[in-house]
Amino acid sequence: MVAVFNGGMDKVADAIFKSLTESVDISIKLLGPIALWLGIMNIARESGLTKVMARIIKPLFKFVFPDVPPEHPAAGSILLNISANILGLGNSATPLGISAMKDLQQLNPDKSTASPAMCTLLALNTSSLTLIPATIISLRAAHSSINPAIIMVSTIFATSVSTLTALLLDKTFRIFYGI
Amino acid sequence: MKEILTTISIWSVPLIVLMIPVYGYFKGVNIYDAFTDGAKDGFSTIFKIFPNLLAMMLAIFIFRNSGAMDIVIRFLRPLLDYLKIPEPVFPLIFLRPLSGSGSLSYVNTIMTQYGPDSFIGKLASTIQGSTETTFYIIAVYFGSIGIKKYRYSMIVGLIADITGFFASVFICKILFF
Repeated sequence: MVAVFNGGMDKVADAIFKSLTESVDISIKLLGPIALWLGIMNIARESGLTKVMARIIKPLFKFVFPDVPPEHPAAGSILLNISANILGLGNSATPLGISAMKDLQQLNPDKSTASPAMCTLLALNTSSLTLIPATIISLRAAHSSINPAIIMVSTIFATSVSTLTALLLDKTFRIFYGI
Repeated sequence: MKEILTTISIWSVPLIVLMIPVYGYFKGVNIYDAFTDGAKDGFSTIFKIFPNLLAMMLAIFIFRNSGAMDIVIRFLRPLLDYLKIPEPVFPLIFLRPLSGSGSLSYVNTIMTQYGPDSFIGKLASTIQGSTETTFYIIAVYFGSIGIKKYRYSMIVGLIADITGFFASVFICKILFF
């Protein structure tokens, strides 16, 4: 609509087709990692490893996800998703997050509405938990920065602030919704 | 410190991909069957994600390229000026939650123009590193399991991004200015 007045219709037409290509591109790039991690997580589940992992993080987990039974496989996939995020492994974080969502969906009474646990997991993921911003460090190196990793301290600070905010908001909304 | 963290980052995936099957093997799981059984859901998951992703990408690209984003930025300029946010990083506040590749290529332009070691370069890097593509994550995570009602997660994600943005400006002004 804005473009009608600005005369930028050619740009919009271009944008439409670029967006289609990009979404196909992302989907294809995601397919391999998703299949890999769903496969690996299935081994973890069948061997009972997810339960072992769940036991390790139980105290913290109970605080952040009070409505997920700590022995549930979801605990294991959530732990791996969060670890992948912290390590800045974008390629693995998304598939592991999807795997965690699938596990949480089993506990969800209404399959089309997000459960509180899903909202919390999403809050953690959208606030970014990265301790090692690998992509940006390599981009800085590519621009021949004197010290590519210097932004790690500032990034960790900003990430902590946003993650704490997200968790606090999540808790507030839970109370607000009476969950 | 950086070396240790980078090494952990590089080693973790191969180690996990190796250790979980080994553990499964000793627990008597048929690891090949378990793996393929899980992996075959990859396709159906992508099929479920695709329509959501497509719709979102379409909306984002049109918002960005139609000039609508520029108008919103122009509208918010007095506020951002008042908060002493450097002008070159304005677009990041919108680009970052919308598109990971879009904001990364914008940061790339900033570094070409101002240099990676300038204040603007460091600030843009910090913003990019400490925030996430909220819309993409919501589309993909909820799309994969067919969630239609997002409840409050959109608001939480966006507020987290905005907080990350301002926290970046704050800490960079202290450390690098």
